[in-house]
Amino acid sequence: MTNQYSAAYAKLENSLAGSSLAWLNDIRAQAKEQFIEQGFPSLRDEEWRYSNLAVLDKKSFAPVLASELGHIDVADLEAYKLNDCWTMVLVDGHYSAGLSDLQGIPDSVTISSLAEALTDKPDTIKRYLGQATNIKEPGFSAFNQAWFTGGVFVHVAAKAILDKPLQILHLVTGAEVLANTHHLIVLEASAEASIIETFLGCEEQYATVSVTEVFVEKNAGLNLYKTQLESDKAVHLGGVYVKQARDSRFNHHNFSFGAVLARTDVHTDLGQAAECDLNGLYLGVKRQHIDNHTRINHVEPYAISKELYKGVLNDKSRGVFQGRVLVAEQAQKTDSDMHNHNLLLSDNAEADTKPQLEIYADDVKCAHGITVGQLDNQAIFALQARGIDEVSAKNMLTFAFANEMVNKIKFKPLHDQILMQVLNRFPQAGIDQAWL
Amino acid sequence: MISIKNLHVSIGDKAILKGVNLEIPAGEVHAIMGPNGAGKSTLSHVLSGKAGYTVTEGSVTYKGQDLLALEPEMRAREGVFLAFQYPVEIPGVSNIYLLKAALNAMRKHRGEAEVDALDFLALVKDKIKTLEMDEKFLYRAVNEGFSGGEKKRNEILQATILEPSFCILDETDSGLDIDALKVVSAGVNALRDEARSFLMITHYQRLLDYIKPDVVHVLADGKIVKSGGPELALELEAKGYHWVEEQVA
Repeated sequence: MTNQYSAAYAKLENSLAGSSLAWLNDIRAQAKEQFIEQGFPSLRDEEWRYSNLAVLDKKSFAPVLASELGHIDVADLEAYKLNDCWTMVLVDGHYSAGLSDLQGIPDSVTISSLAEALTDKPDTIKRYLGQATNIKEPGFSAFNQAWFTGGVFVHVAAKAILDKPLQILHLVTGAEVLANTHHLIVLEASAEASIIETFLGCEEQYATVSVTEVFVEKNAGLNLYKTQLESDKAVHLGGVYVKQARDSRFNHHNFSFGAVLARTDVHTDLGQAAECDLNGLYLGVKRQHIDNHTRINHVEPYAISKELYKGVLNDKSRGVFQGRVLVAEQAQKTDSDMHNHNLLLSDNAEADTKPQLEIYADDVKCAHGITVGQLDNQAIFALQARGIDEVSAKNMLTFAFANEMVNKIKFKPLHDQILMQVLNRFPQAGIDQAWL
Repeated sequence: MISIKNLHVSIGDKAILKGVNLEIPAGEVHAIMGPNGAGKSTLSHVLSGKAGYTVTEGSVTYKGQDLLALEPEMRAREGVFLAFQYPVEIPGVSNIYLLKAALNAMRKHRGEAEVDALDFLALVKDKIKTLEMDEKFLYRAVNEGFSGGEKKRNEILQATILEPSFCILDETDSGLDIDALKVVSAGVNALRDEARSFLMITHYQRLLDYIKPDVVHVLADGKIVKSGGPELALELEAKGYHWVEEQVA
């Protein structure tokens, strides 16, 4: 059996990362079979019921060879590179050594392209690849595993600290290009790192599929940021799948601003006393459709999960939040707190929010709170009572609603970059940046 | 400064204020005491322009203008200041941002230029000390994670910066321990001058030990039923509100 994607990828078969490795070809083949059988999810799949991916079958998105990359606007790319970071750049799904900068990486840390890692340490990759994802579930993991062209491999040795963040920039250069990448991030025991994924593209219709598998070993801590600034015509499917060992910490910040259709999955399995903190901000304008799906799996006792996702939806945009928290029978003393708040700025905007708690343990604390609505009238009045007119008060509060999530970013260059993005999306607010 | 005449106010069909008469000349501090449900907070909300109240009768004249005809922000720009009983939290906006936006809105209204950044910082840092608040408060989100006492101090800090001519203190003392009460009272007392008037709404006579009122009024069932000097507050404390209510009945 074939479909348009197996045909499209046929020409890349020998240039996919690790194409000489038999074990990898096997798991790619399994994934391909799985994908050809089930395709992309449909609205009938419970976890995809709000997001229609039909565009992926209607349009002829196709991968490109590393030798066929489109024009790279280096100045534009440089503008998104953050100060005080190491940089990995992927163009149309292919690692670009020339645009990347890894000078001075400590010996205790490995950062390389996935292709290079598959050559240098195939056994390490084999141990992790596909272990955090599940290709049988409706989604895009099977597609990704079948045909990822490349990606990034990060390994931080036990007790090592990556003292500057790593920024992974994804750039798509042409219309109808399909960029499909797979990253592996492994933090050994008591290691720490911050990694930022930035998604960019030309002003065309293209598609990004990105899977990041994360393994946070005992007592290690990872801050992972995602800044999705795709073109406003693009389709974006991004997944982060995390395995957290005992006492580990995982903080995720998901800023979803671009693309006409964007979906982000964040799944984490929590070991004993592990902590996760999932934050999200989505800003919808025009006809954007932004779907965030999180799954927090309390497998062991004493783990703590915190989640706050906020959406501001204008025009005819639609925001979707699905948050699942599963607490296994043995996961006693779980402490879980999930919130999703949506602000609708237009009568035609829509928010769909679905918290799901599945609790099989009996001694747990699980809270959740969901709101969809307008600004708080008390707060508007409080500002008016200080001389600020109603329109300015509303603008200030709308900005503040989003800015709460921006303020959670501890790395200043990223904080400032996201703040500019948010300000640019609320031009009417007249926020005086100098005083924030 | 402010003249309230026969003010009747309803929420929906329910009459809350039933003919309040009150004159506060410039430079005076008037306290309003009264039992729960008497209409004290309604009075503060109506004067500051909060939505949800219907004025069915009467008038409020402030500096010669019809106060009730003004939007809330215009009242604020004209110098009416409400220190909220329950200050709202605004995550995402820092205190200093709010202070500057508020001060500039008032300066613009008066036809003045925006405040100079350095002058403003110097002003704020000077004032914040008088309220024994840490400078870090300036950069924290408005009231977010503040204790009750910190929120009330923050209200007085705003008054200190904005220099209103008519301050309504809506239960500013409620929930404060004695140390916080002393600081807040000192902040208010420092604002007292012959051009500025105060309306203090309180449950507790204790506040009046620290901020000496010129006149004390008792509000019961939507009307001012008794007015007197500071000694009235002590008498009330000793005899309870029933004493006034019985006298009126």
